[in-house]
Amino acid sequence: MSKATEIVTPGTAAHSDDHEHHDHIPKGITRWLFTTNHKDIGTLYLWFAFIMFLVGGAMAMVIRAELFQPGLQIVEPNFFNQMTTVHGLIMVFGAVMPAFTGLANWLIPMMIGAPDMALPRMNNWSFWILPGAFLILLSSLFMEGGGPAFGWTFYAPLSTTYSGDSTALFVFSVHIMGISSIMGAINVIVTIFNMRAPGMTWMKMPLFVWTWLITAFLLIAVMPVLAGAVTMVLTDKFFGTSFFDAAGGGDPVMFQHIFWFFGHPEVYIMILPAFGIISQIVPTFSRKQLFGYASMVYATASIALLSFVVWAHHMFTTGMPVYMEMFFMFATMLISVPTGVKVFNWVATMWRGSLSFEMPMMFAIAFIVLFTIGGLSGLMLAITPVDFQYHDTYFVVAHFHYVLVTGAVFSIMAAVYYWLPKWTGKMYDNTLAKWHFWCSLVSVNVLFFPMHFVGLAGMPRRIPDYALQFADFNKWISLGGFAFGLSQLIFLALLIKACRKQGEPVSSQVWEGAEGLEWEIPSPAPYHTFETPPVVK
Amino acid sequence: MKQPTIRAAKWLSTLPLLLCSPLLHAEAATGEASSLNLRRGATDISGQVYDLHMLMFFICVGIAVVVFGVMFASMYLHRKSRGAKPANFHENVKVEIAWTVVPFLILIFMAVPAANTLIAMEDTSEADMTVLVTGSQWKWHYKYMDKDVEFYSLLATQREQIANKFEKTENYLLEVDRPLVIPTGQKVRFLITSDDVIHSWWVPDFAVKKDANPGFINEAWANVNEPGVYRGQCAELCGKDHGYMPIVVIAKEPAEFEAWIGEQESIARQAKEEEQRLLSMNMSMDELMTEGERVYNATCAACHMPNGEGLPGVFPALKGSKMALEDQPAHIDIVLHGKGGTAMQAFGKMLSLKEIAAVVTYERNAWGNNTGDMVQAKDVNAVATGN
Repeated sequence: MSKATEIVTPGTAAHSDDHEHHDHIPKGITRWLFTTNHKDIGTLYLWFAFIMFLVGGAMAMVIRAELFQPGLQIVEPNFFNQMTTVHGLIMVFGAVMPAFTGLANWLIPMMIGAPDMALPRMNNWSFWILPGAFLILLSSLFMEGGGPAFGWTFYAPLSTTYSGDSTALFVFSVHIMGISSIMGAINVIVTIFNMRAPGMTWMKMPLFVWTWLITAFLLIAVMPVLAGAVTMVLTDKFFGTSFFDAAGGGDPVMFQHIFWFFGHPEVYIMILPAFGIISQIVPTFSRKQLFGYASMVYATASIALLSFVVWAHHMFTTGMPVYMEMFFMFATMLISVPTGVKVFNWVATMWRGSLSFEMPMMFAIAFIVLFTIGGLSGLMLAITPVDFQYHDTYFVVAHFHYVLVTGAVFSIMAAVYYWLPKWTGKMYDNTLAKWHFWCSLVSVNVLFFPMHFVGLAGMPRRIPDYALQFADFNKWISLGGFAFGLSQLIFLALLIKACRKQGEPVSSQVWEGAEGLEWEIPSPAPYHTFETPPVVK
Repeated sequence: MKQPTIRAAKWLSTLPLLLCSPLLHAEAATGEASSLNLRRGATDISGQVYDLHMLMFFICVGIAVVVFGVMFASMYLHRKSRGAKPANFHENVKVEIAWTVVPFLILIFMAVPAANTLIAMEDTSEADMTVLVTGSQWKWHYKYMDKDVEFYSLLATQREQIANKFEKTENYLLEVDRPLVIPTGQKVRFLITSDDVIHSWWVPDFAVKKDANPGFINEAWANVNEPGVYRGQCAELCGKDHGYMPIVVIAKEPAEFEAWIGEQESIARQAKEEEQRLLSMNMSMDELMTEGERVYNATCAACHMPNGEGLPGVFPALKGSKMALEDQPAHIDIVLHGKGGTAMQAFGKMLSLKEIAAVVTYERNAWGNNTGDMVQAKDVNAVATGN
């Protein structure tokens, strides 16, 4: 296949005898299909994540439309459960995680002075199996009986004995997502270990690189556990095993232990890179070095380690020995210490800086405030006796949407605004950006803040219909939800303009206070960068 | 051009407080059902849990005010447009030790009362009476362990209210046909389990939420101080009608409770005698169909749908099904004993022989399944006893 070879050649860029090819960018669909260029793959990941964000968001709109008032209006309960399930799966595995992988692809080589990721062909593969995984998952919604309806946590035996045939598709799609994540993580680790520019010592690495390195280890540790869990669900359902069936000597609660042993580190997989992003942005717009760099690194590592010993705090109501409950309560509370250190470090970085409030900084500040609100409600949830009241109510829904939407998603948006001028060479449309920020900020709080109240007042999660005392707040929540969904179309418009290279040209540094290797290469970043490694002093 | 952003950012600083203020007001109105906050509840334990919740809440608000206060002060004082010049510091060992140690001390301050309450909550010893609570899709079953009383408790809200055809009444989705009744002032232990998937038995006023795991038994307890009606819901996603399996507990004075349970025991005895008497009686087609339709809509329609068409791929149709048209003993058998490995549960202990006879007759003659078959209580008894 000489044709294929021809297209791959410029991307591999390793032929030092072939210099005139280096700035040649392949054209057409094959550029994207066969690309091994970290920037192209980063772009693919980011667009894929954004499309999935809109698809998962559309499902959230269905959920909020049904919950706009009590009674069943729009969907049947069975379809409602499919929407909550697939919304969760898409947002976690299709939106947040691929977006972070996209940022890692774009930024890690540029930040450590490497020409590309260490394993470019695997990089192509780990992206291109993702759309297949999500096509499988989404197509299951059109099966007879519908798609998975057991929640993104797929607790057995609801997901085994009592689920539909679409469970098989669910299992295979999760397997593929897991393989993709593991390959992405291996690539990040190998790149960071082997391809740092001379002088880029461990403790000189930008925090985004550090947080991603630790995240990648978490991914490699827990994605196989998830794969094990879905495989046991598959064999329990279709091949007569009884891992989670007491009648055959199994235990349904064991499923939850296995799932959350994956699930809790997964939470940090979705937030550690966010910490990295905020730690890049805050110093830039404070025009002051990050406060407590070393403690940031150690705090990230301690959060990652602690994340392996707190999983059962998701399971306080399953019936555990009281001393186990205490252990998991104390271990969970302990996580707030390193997390607090991070927040304090960001505030101390801003303190006596010279602050300006461009869009990345606005999103970063919103992140610090709103993520902290989510962190504090997390601390409340750690307290076992009160968790009995909060567990599986909208209080929990409020908590994890504060850390995942105003936390992870806001950090991704902050990152896009921060690095977009570097990627395109043009400043984004600031008017649209302001509209996007303020509409998102107001609506996201109208959406998620009242969920604390309805949860405390006793509204369980994952119900399509509710008692009358929850009606007023749910109306507000739904209106906030629709507004937040529409606000993202502003972002879409802004991104389309940016990709068409409209806007003011920017300098290579882009932001006055920006420091780091990625700000030393021209804007837009050339197709190939750092073919000769820079020397870091 | 920077100004509006700054002003808005300042306004943003008041946002958390603004949003929390309803919760602070709600605290004044404890005791009543709040639509904003946890309730103090009806037991000593639920009161302790409430106090713990408010303590945590105020500590968290305090932390938020301090952290955000410093941050917003810095955003105001140290902004470039005000001519701020960046300082040079980027570490301070003393400060860093302080903000590691102080949170740790706050945590210990929280952990002590939390651990004490937890130990009290998990002490199920020396109960005065025990109720076995069994969840199944989508109803609760209560059995008084030392009495001969047991019954199912189903959602009592009319379908028409859910479908927005009738006006919704006060306790929409929080009402059942037969509530659990317990005495006040006694330690009632709940043994909680499930017949199918995982459910979770939650009564907020008792601060009791415990998962019902199939094949395992969990324990919880409540000692209710005040007589009253306490409402809760299933808290663990358990399938299609997870939102439609409420819990209602009525707490009565011990004397009233004794009278009630005595009455229930005699009702249960009479029902058994009636059952025996019915074995020798035949019901007419009209009687069977009327009773059958009632039982079907209350018990079967959640899955097989009121029109008998089921949910394709999830719950099989009865309309035109081979089972409902041909093999009558197999039809009775599956209603009595359920079908292993599927959502079809055993209704033998939930329905009387007469009710099963009626519902099977109904299923064999409704929606165009015109077999003309009539099933009597003795036919059901024959399948049940293997004769």
